[in-house]
Amino acid sequence: MPETVIERAAAATPAQIARPLRSLSDRALAWIFIAPTIFLLLAVNIFPLIWTIRLSFTNFRANRPNAEVQFVGLENYRRILTDPDVWATMQVTAHFLIATLVLQVVIGFALAWLINQKFRGNDLWTTIIVLPMMLSPAVVGNFWTFLYQPQIGLFNAAVSFFTGGDPAGFSMIGEVALAPWAIVIVDTWMWTPFVMLICLAGLRSIPQSIYEAAECDRASKWRQFVTITLPMVLPFLMLAVLFRGIENFKMFDLVVQLTGGGPGSTTELTSITLKREAFEKWRTGYASAYAIILFVAVFGISSIYVKALNKVKAR
Amino acid sequence: MRAFLTGLLRLRRGPWEMVASVLIGLGVFMLMQPFALVAFSYSFIVMLAGTVMFIIVSHFPE
Repeated sequence: MPETVIERAAAATPAQIARPLRSLSDRALAWIFIAPTIFLLLAVNIFPLIWTIRLSFTNFRANRPNAEVQFVGLENYRRILTDPDVWATMQVTAHFLIATLVLQVVIGFALAWLINQKFRGNDLWTTIIVLPMMLSPAVVGNFWTFLYQPQIGLFNAAVSFFTGGDPAGFSMIGEVALAPWAIVIVDTWMWTPFVMLICLAGLRSIPQSIYEAAECDRASKWRQFVTITLPMVLPFLMLAVLFRGIENFKMFDLVVQLTGGGPGSTTELTSITLKREAFEKWRTGYASAYAIILFVAVFGISSIYVKALNKVKAR
Repeated sequence: MRAFLTGLLRLRRGPWEMVASVLIGLGVFMLMQPFALVAFSYSFIVMLAGTVMFIIVSHFPE
């Protein structure tokens, strides 16, 4: 008589199903189990990628599905890569990426270091700091638009309180020189807690015994920071930079809500240009080529980064 | 330098990955730099070469 649940299930399986299953090798069974996942991956990730590559060589327009699609070769790529406007957009994205990454890493690490010190209300402060990250980017974009209002905005009032200037004397999202910094400030406000959490995990993973040994060797606090804390948190920091770098390269919703790419095109990031080409001008072929260029850039950077991360972890 | 060149000749992963990484980095810099439009124009081909090379050489022996 079968005793266990598995034995009972095996005994209850009809003979015409059980016989072919019993003859399957372990490898074949493994393939049966992972096949649905592979199929999903192919359908959701690989197929759209291949389709986009195919479209990038055509003049296809999604708003004219019945029009004849012509193969244009590398023409879309040539037009993108010789367009000074696209080049300017890339520079805006580079400025946004560098500024946000530097600010988020520096402030995020500093906050993590502070939170890691034992003090009263430690958990409460962690929760308060993490709050912006939990909001929707569309909501954040909307309420920062109000905060940046020259007449009634809290941000302008705060700046004028410290500088003594007129709150209505400047507009963060309306001036060419200030608008790029307006989106940097909001992104930093929203995503610094994410970097802080990753750094905090790194800081809490450092065994206390290492610091005790350093104390015995009379190492100064600064030396402990440089030779213990920083090297051990580095893999976590690199991970945070990778995540934020890729996310900010694709940044769209927050900036659209805040500035819509303006004034002029001073805050028009690549993703906004891509969306305009694909869904406002309906140049699907051109937009596909644009998306492939961005994909190669992100894929390349990620490859280097994962390699560097593995090296640091192995150290 | 000698070890690096020997690694390249013997098709070892480390040096070839280094070459691919330099190509990708150079391509991304060319894509986003504010100095020359011609560098921007050739950025994609450099990035693509680096990325494809990286995928291939990551299967080379250590």
